[in-house]
Amino acid sequence: MSDSRFKKNLVPPAEAPSGTKLPGSDTSALRKPKLSDAPRRRSIPEGLWTKCPQCGAMLYDKDLAGNLEICPTCQHHFPIKARARIASLTDPDSFEELDAGMASVDILQFTGVATYVDRLAKYQKSTGLKDAVVTGVGRLDGRPLALAVMEFSFLGGSMGSVVGEKITRCIETATKKRLGLVIVSSSGGARMYEGMFSLMQMAKTSAALAYHGRAGLPFISVLTNPTTAGVMASYASLGDLIIAEPAAMIGFAGPRVIKDTTQATLPPGFQTAEFLQEHGLIDAIVPRNHLRERLAFHLDLLGAATVPPTARAPGPEPSQPAPNRTEAG
Amino acid sequence: MKHYLDFEKPIAELQRKLDELRAHSESVSLGLNLETEVALMEKKLDETRRSIYSNLSPWQRVQLARHPKRPYTLDYLGSVFTDFQELHGDRLFADDRAMVGGFARLDGRNVMVIGTQKGRDTKENILRNFGSAHPEGYRKALRLMRLADRFQLPIITLIDTAGAYPGVGAEERHIAEAIAVNLREMAVMRVPMVAMVIGEGGSGGALGIGVTDRVLILENAYYSVISPEGCAAILWKDRAAAPKAAGALKITARDLLELKLVDEVVPEPLGGAHTDLEATSQAVRQALSRHLAEVEALPEEDRLSRRYEKYRRMGHFVEDPVTPHADAVSPDV
Repeated sequence: MSDSRFKKNLVPPAEAPSGTKLPGSDTSALRKPKLSDAPRRRSIPEGLWTKCPQCGAMLYDKDLAGNLEICPTCQHHFPIKARARIASLTDPDSFEELDAGMASVDILQFTGVATYVDRLAKYQKSTGLKDAVVTGVGRLDGRPLALAVMEFSFLGGSMGSVVGEKITRCIETATKKRLGLVIVSSSGGARMYEGMFSLMQMAKTSAALAYHGRAGLPFISVLTNPTTAGVMASYASLGDLIIAEPAAMIGFAGPRVIKDTTQATLPPGFQTAEFLQEHGLIDAIVPRNHLRERLAFHLDLLGAATVPPTARAPGPEPSQPAPNRTEAG
Repeated sequence: MKHYLDFEKPIAELQRKLDELRAHSESVSLGLNLETEVALMEKKLDETRRSIYSNLSPWQRVQLARHPKRPYTLDYLGSVFTDFQELHGDRLFADDRAMVGGFARLDGRNVMVIGTQKGRDTKENILRNFGSAHPEGYRKALRLMRLADRFQLPIITLIDTAGAYPGVGAEERHIAEAIAVNLREMAVMRVPMVAMVIGEGGSGGALGIGVTDRVLILENAYYSVISPEGCAAILWKDRAAAPKAAGALKITARDLLELKLVDEVVPEPLGGAHTDLEATSQAVRQALSRHLAEVEALPEEDRLSRRYEKYRRMGHFVEDPVTPHADAVSPDV
């Protein structure tokens, strides 16, 4: 993987003529582009253009946003904001957010190098969110569903009491209203600042999923870059179906920890979505621009299509399921 | 040879002097009476022990929890339980020796006991993988729990692990899924379940056998979302800050009881569980028996909903449903 990235960097589409180097012919050239990259990068206006880290293409930010943050040249998946993700997966104006005002408290009065309170304030400001997950109910081409999307840019998508509680309420809402559930994860794991309360969110969310599953309702877990540790070792791994985005980093322990503990050489592509699929750990890898249709297909197949095909337009009452499944409303 | 931790040095020093004094009075017959000196020294030793062990810092407790002489799961299986019959393997891949389990009797009743197991010496530690289980360990645990559930045997888990094993094989065989499935399935086991943290409660690796009706913890054990060293490395960028992290994370038995994250702290003898296995075992047996009897007395439905509620309630947050913008909060709320 890293090989191809280097090679592509050697030949930036903007300037170098292609085919001048034999692929893999030398290693000395690997360092060259880094030097010549530096001045060019400085000339990029902030917030307008983004350079694709995989293929080196210069991408206009608005185009990138319009393409679900996927590089049109090489299909590299950039991070996408929770709100943009929700917009991409739900019908316009169908998403009703749950618990939008729920916020973390510094129950342990944690003071490390920075205090938890300061960290929270900083990320609330930078993300415009109260915490690292947005939950709610909405419709996907008319199908009602419960949806939770994690926001990695809020403290590394870490799971503390708020993430655990919001995810749990979202699951419970799905169980009560008999909805299929989709959780899009991206997280570095449990939030250290809340100590054992964070760990216990793993038990809480998993228990809620036990009852959602027992009610015969489908849960599709979507793993995005990165999904690791406490989130991976709880709800993210418990989907009836588990779908990952291409090249997403997915695992339990961090690669550095594994390397330090075992002194082992990590296999190529270790802990990528592709590696997990090859080892039989996930159902499928689905590019972001195909996720919506794929979810629709699976939700239909697994019986969460509670709206008959004829009624598949954004309905006036998002929480009203089809007649054949109305027992909970 | 007795093993002393750093903070136990004053005790070690006094003990050495006392031993010398005793040896001296025995070997030399100068007619000197050293009994008063011996008595004085004993008193001083006792006072020092008391003052050190009753003021242990969180980091010192972590060291006690990791003490090389600390009783492990199999020690308690010999002293708290009787008739232990070990059952091996996950029926899928391997028998993970870092996780032991099987039938046993506790105060006359049949139970299923499952616990993580550390090694006492290098050879055994290699066999036990230092008490860090692979996916096979968690899957073996689940297999035995399902067996117990099917035949109505209460489940007791003993937790003593630095964490689930971070290795290539563990990832390839999906350790995250093994733990996650245990969390989900333990929430809905019909039989009574009691867990006790007897040493280290290392994060997801501990929780993977720790979702139970009651969670007890030994006085000097700890239970944490991340090791103090790991937390220090991330938040202080310095593993040497582990003592600070141990305090900040609130991982001691007393802290966890105060935060209502555990149900009871089981006392240890002065100096730690390893100083008196018999006394520790008695306290462990009594606590396990009592809690098991309490949850056994509940109707199944009640027990399940209480178990759900137990974890459901854990977490602290504020709710502000009407004001999405913090700036808009009126002054009187």
